[in-house]
This record gives sequence, C-alpha cells and structure tokens, in this order.
Amino acid sequence: MSITYLEAIREAQAQALRQDPRVFIYGQDVGDFGGAFKATKNLAREYPGRVLNAPISEDAIVGLSVGAAIEGLRPIIEMQFADFSTVGFNQIVNQAATLYWRTNVSCPITVRLPFGGTSGSGPFHSQCIEAIYAHYPGLVVLTPATVEDAYAMLLEAVALDDPVIFCEHKLLYYHLKAESLPAEALPIGKARIAREGRDLTVVTYSAMVHEALVAAEELATEGWQIEVVDLRSVKPLDTDTVIASVARTGRLLCVGEAWPWGGVTAELIARVASEGYGLLDAPPQRLNAKDTPVPYHPNLWAAHRPTARSVAAAARNLLRS
Amino acid sequence: MMQTVSVPGAMGYAGASGELLLAAYRCMVRARLLDDKFAALYRAGMIQGGVFLGRGQEALSGAIGVSLQKTDVFAPLIRDAAGRLAFGEPMVDAVRTYMGSAQGPIRGRDGNVHRGRPQEGLLPMISHLGAMLSVVNGILFARRMKGITGCVGVASLGEGATSTGAFHEALNQAAVEKLPLVVVVANNQYAYSTPNSNQFACANLADKGVGYGVSAHTVDGTDFAACLNVVGGAVAAARAGKGPQLVVANLLRLCGHGEHDPGDYIEAKHKNSPLGRDCVKVAEEVLLKKQLADAAQIAVWRSAALREIEEVVAQVQREAGPDPFVEDWQALSTPHLAEGQEPKS
Repeated sequence: MSITYLEAIREAQAQALRQDPRVFIYGQDVGDFGGAFKATKNLAREYPGRVLNAPISEDAIVGLSVGAAIEGLRPIIEMQFADFSTVGFNQIVNQAATLYWRTNVSCPITVRLPFGGTSGSGPFHSQCIEAIYAHYPGLVVLTPATVEDAYAMLLEAVALDDPVIFCEHKLLYYHLKAESLPAEALPIGKARIAREGRDLTVVTYSAMVHEALVAAEELATEGWQIEVVDLRSVKPLDTDTVIASVARTGRLLCVGEAWPWGGVTAELIARVASEGYGLLDAPPQRLNAKDTPVPYHPNLWAAHRPTARSVAAAARNLLRS
Repeated sequence: MMQTVSVPGAMGYAGASGELLLAAYRCMVRARLLDDKFAALYRAGMIQGGVFLGRGQEALSGAIGVSLQKTDVFAPLIRDAAGRLAFGEPMVDAVRTYMGSAQGPIRGRDGNVHRGRPQEGLLPMISHLGAMLSVVNGILFARRMKGITGCVGVASLGEGATSTGAFHEALNQAAVEKLPLVVVVANNQYAYSTPNSNQFACANLADKGVGYGVSAHTVDGTDFAACLNVVGGAVAAARAGKGPQLVVANLLRLCGHGEHDPGDYIEAKHKNSPLGRDCVKVAEEVLLKKQLADAAQIAVWRSAALREIEEVVAQVQREAGPDPFVEDWQALSTPHLAEGQEPKS
C-alpha cells in the first residue's frame, strides 16, 4: 500500500478531527464535494457538522476562524488556492498574527495553502507566497516536501497554539508517494538533511527539494557530492542546520520556486553572510523563479521556475568559483 | 420593498424599561465625561497617539451596551466608550490603554481605543474595522458548534466601514449561517472627512442589509429612547433566532475624527439640523419628562462620574509604562518557535 502527499494531508485532517473535538474544517467546497483537490474527501460524511462549506469570502473565512479560535476551537481553513489567500491577507496578518501579542490570547488556526506551480496553471493558480507571510511577525510558515512531513507537520500545526500558514505544494499532491505514514517526525522548526555531501550545500524547501535531489544525483555522476538541506519550515528558519552544513561544504546555493525579491533565499543568504561568513569558500548564490507572473504555457513555465537542470547548472558554476 | 422595521413591537420586544433608560443614561454621562478627560489629557501632552471621542454617539453606544448580557459578544468601534462601560468594561481598562500603563489589558502594545478582553466577549479592534464582523461571526459560529445558544454578538461600525469588502463578506456569511449577529452602523455623516455623498449612493444604508437577506432597521441616533428600543429590539430578535440584524443610526459626530482634527469640514446644515442634537441632553430631557430623575439627581450622577474618573486617572498616572528591557519581544505564544531574538554570539 502506498499513500500520496495529498492523501497524507487528508489523513492528517481525519486524524486531527478524530483526536480533538475542537478541530473543524471550513473552506470553499470542502463539504460533501471534498474540496477542489479532494483533500477533505469523505470527511464531511465521517465528521458531520465539522467540515463546512464557506461562501467565496476569504476575508470572512479567516476572520471567522480567528473568532472560533478565541472561543477555544482549532479551525483548519482550506484556501482553494494559495493565490486566493491574498483576499484574506488582512485577516491573516493583521488579525490572526497580532492577536496573541496584543491580548495574550493565542490564535490556533491552521490556514492550508495549496500553492506552487503546476503545468498550465498560469498566473493565479501557481503562486508561491510563503515569504509574504513569513515577513509578518506572529505566523509560523511551513513548507513540507515529503509525504511524511505533510502528514506529521499538519498534525503538529493543528496542535500548535499559534497561527500556521501550511504551504502544501500542488505538484507533489498526486505523484509523491510513501509506503506508510510516520509515527513520529522532526519537530517544526528543524530542517532535515535530505542528502549528505561535502562539496556544496543546496538549501531549499517544498517541491524544489526534489529538483535539488535530482540535480545532486546528476552531479554525483560528475564526482561532486552535494548536500541538500530541506528547510521544512521557512519560519522559523533553522539557521543552525544551514550554517552547520555550510561549515562542512564551504559553498551555499539557495533555491526557491518563489520570486527572488526579499524572499526566503535572500533571507538565507543574509543570515549565512552575517553569521557564517568565514565558513564560505565562495560567494553564496541563489536561484529563484523569474521576476514575472507565473506563465501559463508549459514552455514558458518550465523556463520560469528553477528545475533540476538549472539547479545543477548553478551548482556547477559555484563549484568552479 | 425595503424591510426596515423601526417599531420594536414588531419584533416582539417590549421596549426599554425605565430602569434600562437610567442605566444607559448613566453610562452615557460617564462616557462623555471620560472622553472630556481624555481630550484634556491629550491637550496636556499626557497621551501618546490619538484620542477618539464618542461625542454625539453616546445614546446609540449606550443602547448597545445595556442591550447586551455579560455572556454576549461586543466588537466596539472607536466611539463606543458608553457601550463599553455599559457592557461591563472597567473604566480603568480605558484609562490604562490611553495612558500606556503596563497593567492595562493591552500593556502598551497597542493604544487608545484598541483594547479589549477577547475571552470575556469584548473584542479588541484592529484599525480595519470591517474586519471585526467576521471575528464576531466566528465566536457565534463556534458557540453554536459547542451547543451554546441564546447569545448575541454586536459589531459596531461607522458608515465608512460599510464600503469595505470585509463588511459585505461578513454580513453575507452571517446571513448564510443564520448567526445571531447584530451590526450597528453609526451613520455620523463623515468617515474622517469624507461626506456620505462620496461614500455610498444608496438611499438608505439599511438597504445593504436587505440585499443579503438581513433584517434591517433605521433609527434616529440622537433619540435616546428610540435607540434603546430599536437596538434592544434587534438584539432580542437575534437572540430569538431570527438571524442577523442590521441597525443604521443616523446621527452626527459632534467633534473631529480625533482630537487632532478640528472637524471644520462638518457642514453647518448638519450641525443645525436635528442630527446635530446632543444626545446626552436629549436623554436628560427624556428622563425629566418621564420623571425617572430630577435635575438634582442628574447633578449627583455627574459629580459621581467626575469623581470616579479623577480617581481612576490618578491611580493610572502612578503606574509604569512597559519596560523595553523586560518585554519578551515575541509575537508567538510558542516560545521556542519565535524568531527575532538577538543572535547567539
């Protein structure tokens, strides 16, 4: 038996509903229909009254979840696409993210964002907006890259007393599979060494972990040993694990599917430059999507985002410098 | 056909008792005098940031406060000193927040009217006021899930907030979910300096409720007794399971947007119209006419309120503000996940 990344997300929500009566799910089409991606398939039937359809009102969806959290419940919000969460942005960054700091009342909401590019999805169904949420104090921003992490981190997110932006990559939904769900996992806030190496560190997260692993495999045939760090959470950012890896390799390449300006890769380079400058044998580099909206056509899309091939090319350049 | 209802009897509400009128009036007076004190402290340079008064809106605000029960939910706007006092907010919370006391509910992290006690049903506003409606919806929604019935949530707005997307999303959401939400709009003719002619084009703001299937009511916001009847009726209707209610009160802000604002854009035609009546004076006339109080009694209440205010301010003036060296500088309640700490070196 194997389980996909998407099924892991569904199973984590089923488990959360099963083990905690305070949990409910609210979002567009999540009820009997089971969600646009079927991440809540059958849950409305299995947990009557706790998996509820919302009107197309992202602002009010998030606002309602904040009120429910104040009342002691643990809402899981499904945004149909991460891109649409901008309509609820104000409630996330100004209401949810500031509540604890202002009032000492915590705000345990989990906002699931199906995010990232898939072929043919275009400018409004492909965005990677984790950095915008990470910019604001008061939010935890998670970016699981594996089936196991999708499951374990979602369960941990729901149990957390703070608002969590849970970025689940749509490209991983169907084809990423695992044999079973984990009984335990690294805690939120800890990065994972996805592949060990000694020549260069690639730090990345979510779907780009898999591009980096393919690139590392390719470079291994050329005699290079690439270490791949999977951040798992972009906020908090596990700077210690990143610096320790750079200490081993002396070279840093940061890869993100998001746009470059002010993003996670920029933050990584800033931290390594200021806290681990002496560990670097070459200037740290980064690779991101191009600074345009995400294109629709597969030819354009494949060139817009980093791929195993472009990661490998950037790594080769850095290894030679 | 617009479904505006202004007759309380139509909602099965008996109307405000003399006792309720007196309770509301006393909160109005305390609020007016407290606001006057804040204005004086602001002019003396003793309050950082803005000061926002409820002058001219006390009757509506007080009507909200006395119509609610302790177990209800109230998301006030910036001019709701009367409603907050009537709902049970201790006066010291207001003074501590304005004066930045570390002992206040917000501990100097936010100021002036941005205060509350969320777990006691009093929500601390964010400046994007329309966003508070759906938070009230969330509390009511959660209570229903928990099997708690019979409670009501009131969200206070100005007419300006009815132009925001958040207002429309939340009003529709409340209607879809049939939540016991009462939205009270103080239509004070100006959103900061913007007159209604630049704010909306419908004949009556109550029409916005009708469009969502929400029962809508209009009231003269300067008329003390009418405010109590209409707000009380709307709260009773929501409590009785009749779904969300919208109350639009027409009145005039008798001051600037804040104390930094002379409000010289407020047109004389409004000031000289019935909208420009001082609702506190109107309330006094009602009490005298109904023989619920005489002039001597009113004077006693006023001096009691002044004494209370002076005592609270004197107490808070002795309290320290927040100490940046003691502040934990953490926005998360989970300490080990908080970022932004000084780098370990």
